[in-house]
Parts: sequence; C-alpha cells; structure tokens
Amino acid sequence: MKKFINHPDAVVREALVGLAAAHPELRVDLEQQIVVRADAPRAGKVGLISGGGSGHEPLHAGFVGLGMLDAACPGEVFTSPVPDQILAAAKAVDGGSGVVHIVKNYTGDVMNFQMAAELSADEGIEVHSVLVDDDVAVEDSTWTAGRRGTGATMLVEKIAGALAEEGGDAVSVAALGTRVNEASASFAIALTPCTTPAAGRPGFELGEDEMEVGVGIHGEPGRRREKLLPARDIATMTLEAILAAKPVAAGEDAIVLMNGLGATPLIELYLLYGEFAGLLESAGVRIARNLVGNYVTSLDMAGMSLTVCRADPELLRLWDAPVRTPALRWGV
Amino acid sequence: MDVALAKAWLDTAADAIAAEADQLTTLDAAIGDSDHGVNMNRGFGAVRTALAGAAPDGVGAVFTLAGSTLVSKVGGAAGPLYGSALRALGKSLPEGPEVDAAAFGAGLRAGLDALRKLGGAAPGDKTIVDAYLPAVDAYDAALRQHGQDGDGGLAAAARAAAEAAADGVRATVPLQARKGRASYLGERSIGHQDPGATSTWLIFQALADATAP
Repeated sequence: MKKFINHPDAVVREALVGLAAAHPELRVDLEQQIVVRADAPRAGKVGLISGGGSGHEPLHAGFVGLGMLDAACPGEVFTSPVPDQILAAAKAVDGGSGVVHIVKNYTGDVMNFQMAAELSADEGIEVHSVLVDDDVAVEDSTWTAGRRGTGATMLVEKIAGALAEEGGDAVSVAALGTRVNEASASFAIALTPCTTPAAGRPGFELGEDEMEVGVGIHGEPGRRREKLLPARDIATMTLEAILAAKPVAAGEDAIVLMNGLGATPLIELYLLYGEFAGLLESAGVRIARNLVGNYVTSLDMAGMSLTVCRADPELLRLWDAPVRTPALRWGV
Repeated sequence: MDVALAKAWLDTAADAIAAEADQLTTLDAAIGDSDHGVNMNRGFGAVRTALAGAAPDGVGAVFTLAGSTLVSKVGGAAGPLYGSALRALGKSLPEGPEVDAAAFGAGLRAGLDALRKLGGAAPGDKTIVDAYLPAVDAYDAALRQHGQDGDGGLAAAARAAAEAAADGVRATVPLQARKGRASYLGERSIGHQDPGATSTWLIFQALADATAP
C-alpha cells in the first residue's frame, strides 16, 4: 500500500483537519466528528443531514454549505457513522423545523441513522428520512439487502438542499428527495479494486484484461467479472442496464452524472461521457444538465459510474439554484 | 455468573478479536468491504477501556455498558447489532451482583431477539444469526441436560454453545448471502465463510474459555 498518510487509524481525523484548514467557512467538529455549515442552525430552516463511511469524498462533507447539506457525519473508512455523531449533527443544525436524514441504503447506515432518529426524537427534534437506493446493478429482492445508494445521493442532496434553502418544510423536502431517488438509476464498472488504509491490501484482485461489472462503492466485488471491452461497448452495456430499470422516454429531460470512482483520469471520463451523450441522443433523451468528475468515489478505485435522473422543470429549477460548497458551487 | 466473570468474558473476547482481527478482515474482503476485523477490534478495545474505568454494581450493568459502547464506537452494521444484543442481554438480567446460568441463558436469547429484530435476518441468510442461534439452542439444551449447578453448569453450557457456534460458522460457507453487503454479490457469496458468524463464534468461544473450570 502506498498512500499519503501518517497512520491508518488517523486518516479520517487528519483529513478533517485538512478540510477545516481549506474551508474556514465550515465548522469542523473533530470531537463529534461532524462537519457543519457555519451559519447553522438557521431559525425556521429544515436541517439537511447526510453521512456515511469515509472514502467517498467529496461525498458528503464536500457538499456542506449554502443550498445543499447543513451537516455531514463521516464515519470510519467505508463504515457508517455512529448514532452519537448523527444526533450531534441534528442538535447543531435544527432550527426548530426539524431535520431530514439522507441515508444511503446499506444495512449499517440504515441502522445507525434509525437509532439516531430515535435519539433525536427523544430530544424533541422532528426527523424525516430519505433512503437512496439507485444502484440498479443489485436486484431489489428478498435475496439482497436491497439496492445500494450511490451516485444519485449527490443529486438528492443538491435538489432537496435547494428546496430546504428556499424554505420548504421537512415533509416536502423529504418527499422531494425520495422523488429524485425514484427518478434516478446508477450503474458502475471498476477496472481496479481499491485499498482501505486499515486493510492495507486490495479488497479483491482483478486481471489486466478484466473488469468488475456492477461494482459497489466499498471495494466489494461486483455482480460479475468480464473481459475488458472498448469504452463504447461498456457505455452501451451500462446505459442498457440503467434504462431497463428506469426508462426515460424519447423527448424527456435527464440530469446525467458521469462519475469517476477515484483513480480514473478525467480524459477517460470525458471519453465515456461522449459515448453516453451519443447513445442518449440516439434514444431521443435530452441531457438537460450534466456533471463530469469525481463526486461519489471509492478511494483509489479506477472505475466509473453513470447516474441518469429523469428530470422535470421543478427538478431542473432546483438543480440550477445557487450552491456554495467545497465540491459544488454555482450561481453565487 | 458474577460481575468479575462477566468482565472476564468480555476481556477474553476482546483478546480473541484482537488476535483474529486480520483473519476477520480477510474473510470480509472476500464478500464484504474489508473492515470487520478493524471495526470489531476498535469496538471491543473500547469496551475494555469503558469497563476498566467503570465499576458496574450488577452483571446486567456490565453488559448494558458494553453494548452502549459498541453502538457508540463501531458504526457499520456490527456496532448496532452486537451493541443491541449486549444491551438487551444486560437489560433482561435480574438486578444484582450475580445471576444464575438459566437467567444468563435467557439473556443471551433476549440478545439474539434484539439483534434479529434490528437486522431482520433469518437462519440461513449467512449472518451472525447462523452462529448465534445454534449457540443459544445448544446452551439451553446443555443446561436442561446437566442442570445448572454452580458454575459447572454454566461452563458446560458455554462449551456447548461455542461448539455449536463453530458448527454454525462452517455451515455458512455454502450459503448464499441474503442480508448485508455480501448479498450484493449474489451467487458469488457462495463458498465463503461469513465474517459476522465468525466473530460471533469468537465471542462464544471466549465465554467458554472464561467460564472453564
């Protein structure tokens, strides 16, 4: 393992020290291990809280700020935060109108956020939740823990965050977040595994000529392993899986997130985006908005995920609303 | 079981988990996300520290404190699951500095019930339950067979529980995971030993070791 670290046990904490140094506009509480918007709590504003294991940066702390999250709770690498952290975040951001949890659908995340919701309710804080489960590589059945939350998480955070910023109540913000999730589908492919600092070795091995299809964002293997294909064929396979699960009709608008998993260079992401743009155009789908870059990552994994969100005028208006966070900023 | 023995069990479990942390992480790398050993070691290390700094006056209080510590320190699924199980065990025990083997066995089952309520796993889903359920069944059967005379009864029941947990761990290998992160692999999870069931076996083996005459 070669990483820019001092000690595996200190990685999350020391990265938060660096985040605080780079972004004095955020409040980074190293004791509670939470990242909070500087002006929180704001009276009357719904507090948007997300969190999850570290290793997916900029998700979630990179999306704390105006128009997006009020607080993020980073756990250990690939390990959900604990209820105490999430409760501390709720207390820090509740402006009297309640909080909304944005939770990626993993067993640990769901349990810890649920426990935190009960603790928060005991403290008189109203909690609503959005469960993100956009990864269509996993079948939602009794044979699995359900679909995983991946790329759509940042779309939910952006769009629900915009509604919260303009004064939406907790029920509306949570309902909108759920609507964005339901309109979104993601699919990921990895070219290399990733290495957590604590484990010090890759989670699986992959041959020079192989790829993991339907990979998650925690270094676990994917649904199946295949021979590496040209980018055009990979794009076709990926988009087919997405549109089969969540169709977007010809003439409809979409928000498209071309996301890197950490170690794939932008030149390859743009090459892939070109393929996807051509395929979507052929299908008659209009890419109304797009993002190309590393937004929901898996440490040093080389790979990509595509998220397609079927959009309507309200979603597009809220997508365009001002945002000022470390990793996403426009309109301000 | 008295307060000292309860603490000795958790200390022994912390030692076993520390010794096997790399192995747990290796098992988790195959079908999960390579952190089970790291998280369990951090959690049981914190339990050791919490118990050393506290003077619980009852057996139940030892387990309630240990469970709360796991919930607060571990994260992931393991923290809430093991933490809730230990808290339920602690809360189910009668108050006092000593409990008999039957009450402790009922407490172990209360812990299993809490864990299953939270995680929703059934036997055969390739989870902690596949080691925990046979362990408490074997514990109860041994107690019925040998009676619960003194700590000899507890030791025999704990030994039976550890053996059943070990069998349960081995039985997870051919199973397809239906809960937790391993379920994302579908049929690719078949052929791997479940890391959660393995850590459960370590905890029951620690109970057998700590109670051995």
